[in-house]
Amino acid sequence: MHAESLPAGKAAALKAFEGMAAEPGVPKPDPILVVDNVVRRFGGLTAVNVKHVEIQRGSITALIGPNGAGKTTFFNQLTGFDTADEGQWTFNGQAMNGVSAYKVARQGMVRTFQLTKALSKLTVIENMRLGAQSQKGENFFRGLIPGLWRGQEDEITAKAEDLLQRFKLDAKRDDFAGSLSGGQRKLLEMARALMGDPQLVMLDEPMAGVNPALTQSLLGHVKNLRELGMSVLFVEHDMDMVRDISDWVIVMAQGEVIAEGPPDSVMSDERVVDAYLGAHHDAPLSAEEEERQLHEAEAELDKESTE
Amino acid sequence: MDWTLIFSRAVEAGIGSEAIIYALAAIGLNVQFGYTGLLNFGQAGFLAIGAYAIAVTVATFGLPFFLGVGIGLLLAAVMALLLGIPTLRLRADYLAIVTIAAAEIVRLVVRSVALSDTFGGTDGLQAFSGSFYDMNPYPPGEYGIPPIIGFDNRSMWVLTVGWVLVAIASFILFMAMKSPWGRVLKAIREDEDAVRSLGKNVFSYKMQALVIGGVIGSLGGFIFALSRSAVQPDLYSTDLTFYAYTVLILGGAARILGPIVGSMVFWLLLIFIGTGLENAVNSGAITFITVNQVGAIRLMLVGLGLMLLLIYRPQGIFGDKREISIDAR
Repeated sequence: MHAESLPAGKAAALKAFEGMAAEPGVPKPDPILVVDNVVRRFGGLTAVNVKHVEIQRGSITALIGPNGAGKTTFFNQLTGFDTADEGQWTFNGQAMNGVSAYKVARQGMVRTFQLTKALSKLTVIENMRLGAQSQKGENFFRGLIPGLWRGQEDEITAKAEDLLQRFKLDAKRDDFAGSLSGGQRKLLEMARALMGDPQLVMLDEPMAGVNPALTQSLLGHVKNLRELGMSVLFVEHDMDMVRDISDWVIVMAQGEVIAEGPPDSVMSDERVVDAYLGAHHDAPLSAEEEERQLHEAEAELDKESTE
Repeated sequence: MDWTLIFSRAVEAGIGSEAIIYALAAIGLNVQFGYTGLLNFGQAGFLAIGAYAIAVTVATFGLPFFLGVGIGLLLAAVMALLLGIPTLRLRADYLAIVTIAAAEIVRLVVRSVALSDTFGGTDGLQAFSGSFYDMNPYPPGEYGIPPIIGFDNRSMWVLTVGWVLVAIASFILFMAMKSPWGRVLKAIREDEDAVRSLGKNVFSYKMQALVIGGVIGSLGGFIFALSRSAVQPDLYSTDLTFYAYTVLILGGAARILGPIVGSMVFWLLLIFIGTGLENAVNSGAITFITVNQVGAIRLMLVGLGLMLLLIYRPQGIFGDKREISIDAR
């Protein structure tokens, strides 16, 4: 079978999703993240209203939806950067609602940002070192005695150099991160997130502002995360990328999950097409309506040409 | 023109107690603003706490001098905690507003009539530095390099203790800023959400920076009180804070030697210009201003100098332009 030529992680993910019903809120065999009734309101606007959603462990899950669908807000809730008004969610079976952002990251759920947050006034290697967890020298008093943290710092540096090499940033090791290109910053941000050995990597628009030449390399790195046993949840607008790398796609519109499924079938789902194309908002509903709109347009054109 | 007098005053100010006080105030600001990006506009309040802690403990309550030192350090830390708890979760500007108000509250409390039995009102307090000068190892006499530098034995004792404090504070910061702890602070200065997403407790680090900077500021208050053997509330007004910022920016923010050299250069220039102008007016070399106007002109020159500095060299003497937090475009 052709499945044998696939990398192990991809094959396992495909197997897990095999025969799963493509409907919103479908249960997964081994969920790493389970979300229930998460609601976030801004004044009168309900930005997020997710009834139930599960993210399969070891898979690459895409979260798509038109602008304003609440994807980034939903991301912010899950990672503790914003407080949900209602709802619960569990990560590895542990309740995570109300947990502050830094604790979420320590638990193994690390995110990146839509607008890249490479720390441009630190060097690339310092950015990487910052990503490592439970550093002894990050305590003020222990930090004063280099002997207490030097050993760990060397280990962290070795690990960072390893990752930089993998992400082809090793030549930039001692440059300020501010001197990197947009795509390199995305790579650095992803590599830095990996310094903390996360179980779930959450990428907010990893392809936004990336030079096409770097796109393939970034895609390769995301796929590689799955091979290394990590789970990935990402928000993306680039449909080619979604089709290329994701095992499962969750579609949000107006704050709700409207569809779920494998990439190929979900994109032909009528609800999804409607959500993206604006659900016939401007399309004429009847033959008379169409006639009237045509006349209006012609009148408009005539007026312009006489002026 | 008496050039010897002008140079002697300027050099003495450059290494004297003013330079120490402002160096300590600016080192504290350097932790908060230079490295962490916190806008503390109430550093004068931390100096006031240090100064009044010694004065009140000894002069009002007749308790030992070192107890006053301990109380000063403790109160500075408590003040930082009180200011930080409500404001550090909010945007940076709120801390600036709260600290500038808190420093004024401290000053208004110690100068109030109702509490003048404790704090001495607008006259302040005296007669608390006896046990400090009893420890003076320098026998009476003149010290220095005549004719430029000359200090009496009391000043020598203040200068020794003061510069040792500056050295200790700077050394501790040097070690801290090289450590992973310092790396977290510098990262927070740039983007605290990024640091949060990497699993660091940003609130705790900002609080630590606020407390450490405030405690170092209170050391400046100790030297301020002891060098003058008196405390007066109006010396701890907001100009002290803004002079300290000038010193920090002149020397270079986020550099260990920045506040020290900044303070020395600042006082050297300030006194050189002030004494020089006074001398020129008295000797008839300048006729269009009077001696009484020299002080005001000196202040204008500080303002002008700070503006020029921010426009043409925002990184100060030592700073690295690529990593400064002040952006003057």
